[in-house]
Amino acid sequence: MIRLKDVSAGYKKNPVLTHLTLEIEEGRFAGIVGPTGTGKTTLLKTILGSHKVHGGEVMVMGKPVRSLTPGSIGYVPQLETVDWTFPVTVEQVIMMGLFAQRTYWPWPSRKEKIQVHALAEKLGVDQCLHHHIRDISGGQQQRVFLARALISNPRLLVLDEPTSGVDIKTQHDVLHLLQSLNKEGITILITTHDLNAVASHLPWVICFNKTVIAQGKPDDVFTEEILGKTYGGDLAIIRHDGHLLIAHNAKNKHNH
Amino acid sequence: MEFFLEPFGFEFFRNGVWAALMVGTLCGLIGVFIVLRGMSYIGHGLSHAAFGGAVLGYVINLNFYVGAGIAGFLAAVLINQLAKGNKIKSDAAIGIVTTAFFALGVALISRVRQFTKSFDAALFGNILGVTTVDLIIIGVVLILTVLAVFFLYKPLLFSTFDNEAAKVFGIRTELIQLVFSLLLAMSIIASMNVVGVTMIAATLVIPASTARLLTDSFSRMLIISAGVGAFMGVAGMFSSYQFDAASGATIVLCGAFIFCVVLLFTYVREKIDTHQHMHRHGGVAHSHPHHHDGEHEHTHSGHTHKEPDTHSHEHPHGTEYHSHEKEKGPAK
Ligand SMILES: Nc1ncnc2c1ncn2[C@@H]1O[C@H](COP(=O)(O)OP(=O)(O)OP(=O)(O)O)[C@@H](O)[C@H]1O
Ligand SMILES: [Mg+2]
Ligand SMILES: [Zn+2]
Ligand SMILES: [Zn+2]
Ligand SMILES: [Zn+2]
Ligand SMILES: [Zn+2]
Ligand SMILES: [Zn+2]
Repeated sequence: MIRLKDVSAGYKKNPVLTHLTLEIEEGRFAGIVGPTGTGKTTLLKTILGSHKVHGGEVMVMGKPVRSLTPGSIGYVPQLETVDWTFPVTVEQVIMMGLFAQRTYWPWPSRKEKIQVHALAEKLGVDQCLHHHIRDISGGQQQRVFLARALISNPRLLVLDEPTSGVDIKTQHDVLHLLQSLNKEGITILITTHDLNAVASHLPWVICFNKTVIAQGKPDDVFTEEILGKTYGGDLAIIRHDGHLLIAHNAKNKHNH
Repeated sequence: MEFFLEPFGFEFFRNGVWAALMVGTLCGLIGVFIVLRGMSYIGHGLSHAAFGGAVLGYVINLNFYVGAGIAGFLAAVLINQLAKGNKIKSDAAIGIVTTAFFALGVALISRVRQFTKSFDAALFGNILGVTTVDLIIIGVVLILTVLAVFFLYKPLLFSTFDNEAAKVFGIRTELIQLVFSLLLAMSIIASMNVVGVTMIAATLVIPASTARLLTDSFSRMLIISAGVGAFMGVAGMFSSYQFDAASGATIVLCGAFIFCVVLLFTYVREKIDTHQHMHRHGGVAHSHPHHHDGEHEHTHSGHTHKEPDTHSHEHPHGTEYHSHEKEKGPAK
């Protein structure tokens, strides 16, 4: 589904990704974890084709990512980057997912409206279609932007930190919603800082710190050695009743 | 009545009113994007740069629009280049580039005194200054802008809302950005003689900000902003004639007045017109002060009825729903 070969990308004076090679199979529901500022968002943007690469090859669904038809990949940005005061309604935001079709008529067609309403109903946000995006709950906001990404029926869905800035119940709901979308056959890639949410909800995890440290099932990947390599130590792993729990290691004394 | 009709006897006034009407509409439309992108600085900067170019053009015998156009374009390119490097933020870049152009214009004017009179118009706007050529140029720019806003409505909306995401969703954001920069530069240069360099930034920002207070819808904001712009242009022209004051100043004063009235109106509406009752968003019933305008369905505990649209909430909804009071019964 996704194949990066020897990819280098980054910003001026800051080569974030260097000679990165990564493969993600079709049908995965994978979470990328790693410390802040190590290039997770940059990696997502590279996979989405919106970030220029200096070298290497980014293939998505067997084609160079930049030659894909717009709308082939669904994208949900980090909600913290959204301008919540902008004058748009929920319906208009979802409609934006269809803008790539490049029609020049400003009004949505009947068919598009029906499409939006059906998807909103499926995701449980049909009640607030005419509300301003600021006037709905965090969980609904997440679903609205998810709907915008799904409206073009993509086979790959990419979300940047869908678990941040929402309460634990909402986080739970979002992850379960993603699980069911994954069951419908959509490949899903997310980044997150919540290791426990990954351990309990995601079937696949990629430990990332400038480069791929390890990927596999959480049970196999979340070892003290790999997490130590990813985060630089001091994480304890507690296994209980088949559950994984990652905690700050209080036994090791350290200086702050 | 005569008070309003009398000035129409003069051709210069008719020209002035037409120009102000079109410039107001134009600035109203363009201003929406300026305000929503938070780039009012650019309007201010480009107009000052264009002024420098116009004066320089005058000195070396170039047409006003040619001089202003070249300087405006150069300034835009320079700003872009400076801001691309990481060390200088774009507001500083705009400050440096455009004030330098402006300073050049001022220096030239003060050296060659006899220009002072005719450049008053460019600085503060002048009702007498509008020629037929000006009218045609303003008209053409207005038509181009209306066409662009209509046919590029979707990509303009998306890239104004979230440029990064728009790019991922297949919008050609760089092209849209370029088209918008061109429209902005043309609008500023076309408006310069009527509104004046020093007043353009305000003319761009006032109608859009007024419209933002009145609506939560992007398309309605465009229409209201254009309307407010047109109205303040015409009202400003009348005041300019009646009080014999610079038209740029009177247009901005009229705009500021309208803005204040609307601000007061929305404040009062918020206080008086908000009501509280149980209603639903999504799945959960809750209650909080809000008001309505436009048609909308409200589902209350037990029954559904048509009720006006936009919810203006007094407190933002955080991550949790909460309800404060018992249902007071159906609204209105
Ligand atoms: N627009 C930009 N210009 C220059 N440098 C940037 C830009 N965006 C990110 N960077 C830098 O690139 C590096 C990687 O950033 P990135 O956003 O990909 O990290 P991340 O892993 O997503 O972090 P987080 O977990 O905080 O979201 C960081 O050092 C950051 O400072
Ligand atoms: Mg990030
Ligand atoms: Zn769960
Ligand atoms: Zn409400
Ligand atoms: Zn409330
Ligand atoms: Zn009711
Ligand atoms: Zn109500």
